[in-house]
Amino acid sequence: MSSIKRKNLTPVQQQYQDFARAREPQRPLVINCIRAFIVGGIICTIGQGVQLFFITYFNFDEKTAGDPTVAVLILISVILTSLGLYDHIAHWGGAGSAVPVTGFANTIASASLDHKSEGFVLGVGGNMFKIAGPVIVFGVFSAFVVAIIKVIITSLGGM
Amino acid sequence: MLQGHQTWVFKSKPTIISSAAIGGPFEAQGNLADDFDLLHGDIWLGQDSYEQAEKKFLEQACETAIKKAGLKKEDIQFFLSGDLINQIMPSSFTARTLAVPYLGIYGACSSSMEGLSLASLIIDTGFAQNALVGTSSHNAASEKQYRYPTEYGAQKPPTAQWTVTGAGAAVVALQGQGPRVVASTIGRVIDMGLSDPFNMGAAMAPAAVDTIEAHFRDLNISPSHYDLIATGDLGRVGHRIAGDLLTVLGGFGLYDDLIKFSGAGASVPISSFGNQLVKGALQEAEKTGLVGVLTGIFKITSAGISSAIIFGFLASVLCKPKG
Repeated sequence: MSSIKRKNLTPVQQQYQDFARAREPQRPLVINCIRAFIVGGIICTIGQGVQLFFITYFNFDEKTAGDPTVAVLILISVILTSLGLYDHIAHWGGAGSAVPVTGFANTIASASLDHKSEGFVLGVGGNMFKIAGPVIVFGVFSAFVVAIIKVIITSLGGM
Repeated sequence: MLQGHQTWVFKSKPTIISSAAIGGPFEAQGNLADDFDLLHGDIWLGQDSYEQAEKKFLEQACETAIKKAGLKKEDIQFFLSGDLINQIMPSSFTARTLAVPYLGIYGACSSSMEGLSLASLIIDTGFAQNALVGTSSHNAASEKQYRYPTEYGAQKPPTAQWTVTGAGAAVVALQGQGPRVVASTIGRVIDMGLSDPFNMGAAMAPAAVDTIEAHFRDLNISPSHYDLIATGDLGRVGHRIAGDLLTVLGGFGLYDDLIKFSGAGASVPISSFGNQLVKGALQEAEKTGLVGVLTGIFKITSAGISSAIIFGFLASVLCKPKG
């Protein structure tokens, strides 16, 4: 917990949280890292395989093969989500399945699925970006900030 | 009658004359599977949405409880029910089906005990002969509303709990055979500042302990008065914390083997009072009565809402509302 959050707690609350934390099972960090490495590695290897496939058989070069590769991975992820399999992979793999593009596709597909019962316009349309929204917002915003910094540094004669 | 600070003592000792519990596929694999009246193999029950399926669970629980009591729904004067969905929709729609005068309640995890306490109060004051109490939850509907979409792949920490798919109902009556409600202690909301929706056990344990202590204080009894003290919903983590808290804070060094402090890990109390409490040790403990422990906790689950894009985000960083 961050120190700012902690400052807002009363001494009694802090005392209790320390008391409670001593009785909570810890997250298995090392195992999670190993699992994430395995699952993330497998997903990226599949992606690499798909990319090589496009380069070898469909006249793509290394740059242009990126788009169809991403599309294929997203398709696979959405299919697995629809079949109810992706969440099991993710429970096991953790960050390994969340970080690649398949995780992003899963956030959108799962939200769409859940809200289908509320209709297609306000249900699916309105809730599709429920989890992907923050990813996009902060992705766009941080990209914006980084770009501004780079422009300033460049104009000052750096890089 | 009020006794002490926050405890009701029911003179007429209202009786839980019947109870019913309906569960889903996950519950069917649990230790309490045999105690359910009906278990469903899927979470949809042929409905179009999770919420409608939850309503179906609750309807079945209510109908079963009424049937087991040997009553007709016309014999029920009041229906008290609550659940976790927005505007307690499953309860409200079940009330429509039952066509019984209805009081909607919301106590999240404490709904079952809140309903039981209020029904006992109604019976004890003579304002009804028979009251039906119901409560329900649906794992997928709750995940969708409070956490992440059901098919979203997120790793859950070891402290995470599972919301039951199922419903429970009980008929409380002035006369009849069954466990009797002797007293009820209404708990306070205790906020220890925990904000992790995947660690509800630790968030709720202090309230459970506070209520249990209040119960003993108000009634001037010791833990050894009971054969079993059961709480709901604390899970493995919260159960341990509550047990240790009671030992550390309460000065109840009296805990011996007689008192098994039981936390419903496998099934959340929202439906487990149908089995865990009523069927189990309570019938034996009839002489001492029921501790209705209200873990009066409101789930403080603030969903991360992505409502602002770049400028909205910038504005919130840079500015304060002008009032």
